[in-house]
Amino acid sequence: MTAARKLLRRIAPQLITLVAVILLVSLYYPDFYKVVLVNDRLVGIPIDVLKRCAPVALLAIGMTLVIATRGIDLSVGTVMAICGAAAAWSIDQGYGLWGALAIAGAAGLVCGVWNGILVAVLGIQPIVATLILMVAGRGIAQLITNGTILTFDSDAFSYLGSGTLIGVPVPTVIWILTGIAVGLLVRRTALGLLIEAIGVNLRASTLAGINSKVLLIAVYVASGLCAAMAGIIATADIRGADANNAGLWLELDAILAVVIGGNSPLGGRFSIVASLLGALIIQTINTGILLAGFPSEFNLVIKAVLVIVILVLQSPRLMLLQDPVHLPFLRKRAAPTPPAEVRK
Amino acid sequence: MMKRTLMASVGALSLCAAAASAQTTVGFSQIGSESGWRAAETTVTMQEAETRGITLQFSDAQQRQENQIAALRSFIAQGVDAILVSPVVATGWDSVLEEAAEAEIPVVLLDRMVDSSPDLYLTAVGSDLVHEGRVAGEWLVEAVAGEPCRVVELQGTTGSSPAIDRKAGFEEGIAGADNIEIVRSQTGDFTRAQGKTVMEAFLQAENGGADICALYAHNDDMAVGAIQAIKEAGLVPGEDILVVSIDAVPDIFQALAAGEANATVELTPNMAGPAFDALAAYFADGTMPEKFIQTESRLFTQADDPQGEYDRHKDLGY
Repeated sequence: MTAARKLLRRIAPQLITLVAVILLVSLYYPDFYKVVLVNDRLVGIPIDVLKRCAPVALLAIGMTLVIATRGIDLSVGTVMAICGAAAAWSIDQGYGLWGALAIAGAAGLVCGVWNGILVAVLGIQPIVATLILMVAGRGIAQLITNGTILTFDSDAFSYLGSGTLIGVPVPTVIWILTGIAVGLLVRRTALGLLIEAIGVNLRASTLAGINSKVLLIAVYVASGLCAAMAGIIATADIRGADANNAGLWLELDAILAVVIGGNSPLGGRFSIVASLLGALIIQTINTGILLAGFPSEFNLVIKAVLVIVILVLQSPRLMLLQDPVHLPFLRKRAAPTPPAEVRK
Repeated sequence: MMKRTLMASVGALSLCAAAASAQTTVGFSQIGSESGWRAAETTVTMQEAETRGITLQFSDAQQRQENQIAALRSFIAQGVDAILVSPVVATGWDSVLEEAAEAEIPVVLLDRMVDSSPDLYLTAVGSDLVHEGRVAGEWLVEAVAGEPCRVVELQGTTGSSPAIDRKAGFEEGIAGADNIEIVRSQTGDFTRAQGKTVMEAFLQAENGGADICALYAHNDDMAVGAIQAIKEAGLVPGEDILVVSIDAVPDIFQALAAGEANATVELTPNMAGPAFDALAAYFADGTMPEKFIQTESRLFTQADDPQGEYDRHKDLGY
């Protein structure tokens, strides 16, 4: 099997789910697919979904790597708020676009290193280690913004949130490029394999000569940097840093995206493409709920029902989506058939 | 925020030191600094006290009821002349209010209510959330002057009392006008980001925004986010789509000045002014105020000097 077919087989359940969710939404909103060009920017529901999923997609990239090492990063939503606040503060202080990007990136880096050291060097459970920053970080962000929504006026910076590149929203470009870059980095080198090895058995990997401490810290740093990008986009989008609400609960959506992507929370094999599809599925549901016109009291219930259905269909015991052609009751009969080569 | 609290306590201390025995001393237990509006309320309360020559003892409860109860007990022990309190929750105030009543110290509730017996406090000052929504609705009825108008609504956090009451009030306000119809209503969680996201979806769903005549947002922050979404969709907020919201925070005055918003209903941070007036009357000749003093829900439009209002509001700590 070629690499492309292997990948297609891996992400088939997510693709099928995405198509199913889109079909479901278009039942309520038939114009779903319509995309037009207005003022040199593409406008339409699919474009909205691709743009609005940017923060969760970026967080999911970092989260996939962390979860592959059998860890979890609960702090990403808060890191978004910190980095967004740092960026808005830098613009406010007159450091300009590049200064703001550098300072926000540095903030994400520091947060990642902090989490990484707690997990890799001090050996604290990842869920506890990152919980610290999740809780304390929002206070840090509020200190930066002085408790208010810190607004700024910089067209260059807001371009990152609401601008377009050849008609495509900039946030979309950012998350797709980041996904490709990280995907190539981990799959074209041995890095992905080493990360998976740590997740399967940390001790064995260390004994086999993998520098697991450095690699673990690097994974949390990657997550912090992804969160920094998400925070920059969220801040640029509303031209202001809202320390109380930026990235609030998004860590949970990111984890959900990774899980819908079929990645095991117990670490090991991972697929970034599948996580990104997970983020797209979540955003399609979110946007679909807004379009369907139900009273807002139903929003969370609808989302919960859809997520439960998706996860049940993907569960190991059912495996309906993993192998849609061979349903479980058929597999029993099919299994004893020897492969063609053996029969000859 | 810390700086402000520090300044506040220094201010309170110096006022304390300057206080002569004849001066009125009032204790004020604030919830904490949960929002920009709350910070502005603290600032305005201090200003109001200063202009009236009242010594204000300020205590920040940091969102905890036990801190507030402790602060009230310490005010009672000091023998202040009156107590202002913005209660963080509605329940559990009976015993400390009874202590204040025994010490014959009048208590005035600011902005929020308690579920204790009304005999235990002098009066409560607050806004009527339903009324705010009604003022916004009535403005829209007048503004569209009989033309058919399809309205989209950005609700506050689902289930919160401002969201429920401001929705109900607006519906009352437009009840008589058959030309106005709320076509879409979704929660924007009181935040800018969600306001923008939901407005984008509304614009998509309503023919690129061409079918929307007005936006009603339950707070200004959501309106500010939605205004950006309208601009990005190639429409002119304030003209193509009328924008009316509630709160009157500084940023909406900027939008009003730029012609991008049309009206906002003020949730005044000056709850202390009416409270001090009621106390002054009570001390002077024992006049008992009404049990609920409703603050004015003032409507601001583009004609009400928005730039000047921005300058007046921006330093209040929003």
